[in-house]
Amino acid sequence: MARVVITGAGTINALAHDVAGTLEAFREGRCGIGPLELRDVERLSIRIGGQVRDWDPEAHFNRQQIVLCDRFTQFTLLAAREAITQSGLDFDGKLGYEAGVVLGTAGGGLTTSDENYRAVYEEGKNRVHPLVVPKLMNNAAASHVSMAFNLKGPSFTVATACASSNHAMGQAYMMIRSGMTKVMVTGGSESMLCFGGIKAWEGLRVMSRDACRPFSANRNGMVQGEGAGIFVFEEYEHARARGAEILAEVAGFAMTSDAGDIVMPSMQGAARAISGALRDARLNGEEVGYINAHGTGTAANDKTECAAVADVFGHHADKLMMSSTKSMHGHLIGGTGAVELLACIMALREGVIAPTIGYEEFDPECALDVVPNEARDAKVDVVLSNAFAFGGMNAVLALRRV
Amino acid sequence: MAESVKDRVIAIIAEQAVLEPSDVKMDSTLETLGIDSLGLVESIFAIEESFDVTVPFNANEPDKSDFDISSVAAIIAAVEGLVQARKG
Repeated sequence: MARVVITGAGTINALAHDVAGTLEAFREGRCGIGPLELRDVERLSIRIGGQVRDWDPEAHFNRQQIVLCDRFTQFTLLAAREAITQSGLDFDGKLGYEAGVVLGTAGGGLTTSDENYRAVYEEGKNRVHPLVVPKLMNNAAASHVSMAFNLKGPSFTVATACASSNHAMGQAYMMIRSGMTKVMVTGGSESMLCFGGIKAWEGLRVMSRDACRPFSANRNGMVQGEGAGIFVFEEYEHARARGAEILAEVAGFAMTSDAGDIVMPSMQGAARAISGALRDARLNGEEVGYINAHGTGTAANDKTECAAVADVFGHHADKLMMSSTKSMHGHLIGGTGAVELLACIMALREGVIAPTIGYEEFDPECALDVVPNEARDAKVDVVLSNAFAFGGMNAVLALRRV
Repeated sequence: MAESVKDRVIAIIAEQAVLEPSDVKMDSTLETLGIDSLGLVESIFAIEESFDVTVPFNANEPDKSDFDISSVAAIIAAVEGLVQARKG
């Protein structure tokens, strides 16, 4: 089977509009969560989020693109540009037929849906813009990336709520590994910070009104974020032959289904996904130095996740580090695993572990080294990235230093 | 009026628990009635809609919420408080 490496990365999120700025924020333990700025915010009970600030579409796209692209697609295109530029790949020739794009998103063009429902239901209009459908569809971002970069191979969108981008990157990994493609653009994006998007989440009563404090005993819920994380996955020999800079190797992947509850996480389902990723990568648990946690900051996720890690790793669970960067950029739902993969790459390449900020009180049910509040220097060779979605769908990636 | 709040809350809880209202006792708990976390947020939503009130409840810290859900009697008392407050 072919080996798979990462040769490009791009992002936009609440911390920065690029990878360099995001990693700097991770190192500094900076928080990108703040008061939401959106229409009708006064009618919401949840008024904080990890919003992308100073976003000026006109600085990046022409008028026609802006008309066609929802905010989640705009974020995706910007991050894809950064990732593909870093990779140095050009898909105009034969490579375009051997390259595809698989992306994750949960809500797709939710802002477009929200605005147009408002127009017809609240404002009583009987007409909407003719391009609403191609703008709101879940696969719009993947389609626009394929068009912008001439990616003519397998391309589609994965929707598994909060695990979407991990599932997407897992598909990309398996396609290259099996020989189906040479290069995949992959990752995910989300832009759910609109009135309807937040109003729906309010109903679940799992959102925090003040901060995201994963693993802290006084945590009181999740905080939503938005943005995109995009990567170039490439077959190892292909990357080596052209002398590409390799950011990390994708060593393994596993997915499981709880087949249990629609919202409550399962320790067994999470543990099976973690141990499955280790098995797929032919790794021993002791080799794992860092886990980027799903770490949503809800009571249920964090204790279940810690129990799953303790179950899989045994005594080694007390030695490895596990942090949740959602404390800084918020929960990007379908795009979250992709932005969090940047912390995994930073750990492998720079030997810096991103912290869990907002950590205030020890919780005996989360008694692992969660790298509280300050980044830490540590050499790690193998890292994992966890994603456990509503609906009981779990996806874990294993990365290794090359 | 207090009687009616009680009856309506019991009706909401009974519907969630798939029980007859007469089977919902004042000392019943959500656990003994078989209402899980999803059933609880659905019940709270139904209470909010039925009484036009906003129930302060965060599923992450049920003990810290001002809304006491420890028994049916506690829930009824909490709803009566919210209805009173709304009337000012």
